[in-house]
Amino acid sequence: MYKAKFKSKWLPYVLMAPTLAILVLFLYYPLVQTFRLSFYRVAFLGLKKKFIGIANYIDLAKNPDYLHTILTTLLIAAAIVIIGLSVSLAIALLANQKVRGARVYRILLIWPYALSPAVAGVIWLFMFSPGFGIVNYLLSLVTGHELNWLGDPHLAVILVIVASIWKNIGYNIVFYLAALQNVNTEILEAAAIDGAGPWKRFWSVTFYLLSPMTFFLLITNITYSFFDLFGTVDIMTKGGPMDATNVMIYNLYRDGFQYYKTGSASAQSVILFFGVVILTIIQFRTSGRHVYYGGA
Amino acid sequence: MNMNRKLRQTIFTHIGLILVAFILMAPVLFAFSKSTQTTAQIYHYPPTIGFGTSIVKNYATAWNEFKLGLYMKNSFIIAIIVTVAKTILSLLTGLALVYFDFPLKAWVFYFILFTLMMPTQILIVALFDLVSKMGMGNSYAALTMPFLASATGVFLFRQHFSSIPGSLADAARVDGAGPIRFLWSVLIPMSWNTIGALALIQFIYMWNQYLWPLVIIREGARQVIQVGLRSMTAQQDVTNWGVVMAGAILAMLPPLIVFLLLHEQFTKGFALGREK
Repeated sequence: MYKAKFKSKWLPYVLMAPTLAILVLFLYYPLVQTFRLSFYRVAFLGLKKKFIGIANYIDLAKNPDYLHTILTTLLIAAAIVIIGLSVSLAIALLANQKVRGARVYRILLIWPYALSPAVAGVIWLFMFSPGFGIVNYLLSLVTGHELNWLGDPHLAVILVIVASIWKNIGYNIVFYLAALQNVNTEILEAAAIDGAGPWKRFWSVTFYLLSPMTFFLLITNITYSFFDLFGTVDIMTKGGPMDATNVMIYNLYRDGFQYYKTGSASAQSVILFFGVVILTIIQFRTSGRHVYYGGA
Repeated sequence: MNMNRKLRQTIFTHIGLILVAFILMAPVLFAFSKSTQTTAQIYHYPPTIGFGTSIVKNYATAWNEFKLGLYMKNSFIIAIIVTVAKTILSLLTGLALVYFDFPLKAWVFYFILFTLMMPTQILIVALFDLVSKMGMGNSYAALTMPFLASATGVFLFRQHFSSIPGSLADAARVDGAGPIRFLWSVLIPMSWNTIGALALIQFIYMWNQYLWPLVIIREGARQVIQVGLRSMTAQQDVTNWGVVMAGAILAMLPPLIVFLLLHEQFTKGFALGREK
């Protein structure tokens, strides 16, 4: 396609210079440093550094606690992605019906996008607190006893998952609604005339047409559950009880900034980085579009 | 008969939507109710859902004693700085990438593209090292500098500019307008949906910053709201939940207002654009 161009040898570089400078200084340079630090043992406050090759990685691979952290992260991410996307799609389908007040309903369904992980964490922490939280009270009315949500490893994991889904649901619904608007209704009508019931119409037409959007949301939700969970976990559980909610990004923070194991924390960063790289490659292979990583 | 069925379906849809909207809002309604109650009312058994008698006191305590007023001011400042600066830098870079030819253009494009794989959280240790050594700790500069540019912003504008007919730039050139003039008087007026979408994403992204301020800010005067909320739950011996819930409500208001103002631009300028 022809595109009109302005002519200048130096102007485009001037226009891009601030952006490129920020990206080099605050993203590329720290990335290189992260790789470098991962091969060192760093003494407290970085006063002394010793090159130790891949020992940090070997230590991590041998450490059952870190393997547990990886498994926890994958499990929580899988739950957030699968449950979160299914619920969001169901709600979006409901909100896409042509009824009066559809615009108002939309706002009432997508506002959680504005919530922060910390706000979600603090509210859910309170709701599920033993003794005075509302959930335990309702539970005791029904079942006769209360649960120690934040003291039990399994329940704490469930709580973190549900709070995270709640926080991210608005984002998912916005995108599903946008995709549903673009679904060609003629195809659906044709399928109806051919005798396909609503259930069949959904799976063989709508679901199929939504799959690029589902894929986009899959990637963003995985990224969300790997990185943005930090605030929710930090406020609700501090990684506990018994490391049950100690996800990779939280473990990295603890090693880097509480135990001052800079080398090991950097190695964990590198591992996470390769996770992101793999996700990005998959995304490119399948859709050829860039991924939006939640605002960065 | 058909009419009847349609009516029934409409009613069910309404009931379903109201139910879902209520479930999504219930945690916030609960938080708001508790933010108005005294400690005695909160610990009352069975729990009461309703308006308490301590609304002014709880919010005032959160705002003054727990310094949420100060933290919200800080969050507001960094969110505005990043939103404005990133929008401008992204517009300029988008202009360069779409309306100029220069050597290594594809490389520059990929160079920006690759940063999508570098979320700040991953770089946190090295970034902390760098920013501390630059002597920027405890400042707005430390909180904002790493976020002033991003691939997301550049790509949104690049994509949008590419969809604008090239003949407009021709016309501008014939009229003797330079690229900056063209950006200002043609491109920007045609880009409000994209600008609104980016502003919404950036404001909420910065307002919700948590990990980076937690590690880089060591003194209270420059701390941000999310970390302030964290210290409310961590610092007290017996958590005064009414005040904490007041804090949670306060902390969610600014992004919620921005969201309500710009959500249509967000849908038009970003969510729908993804489908093309």
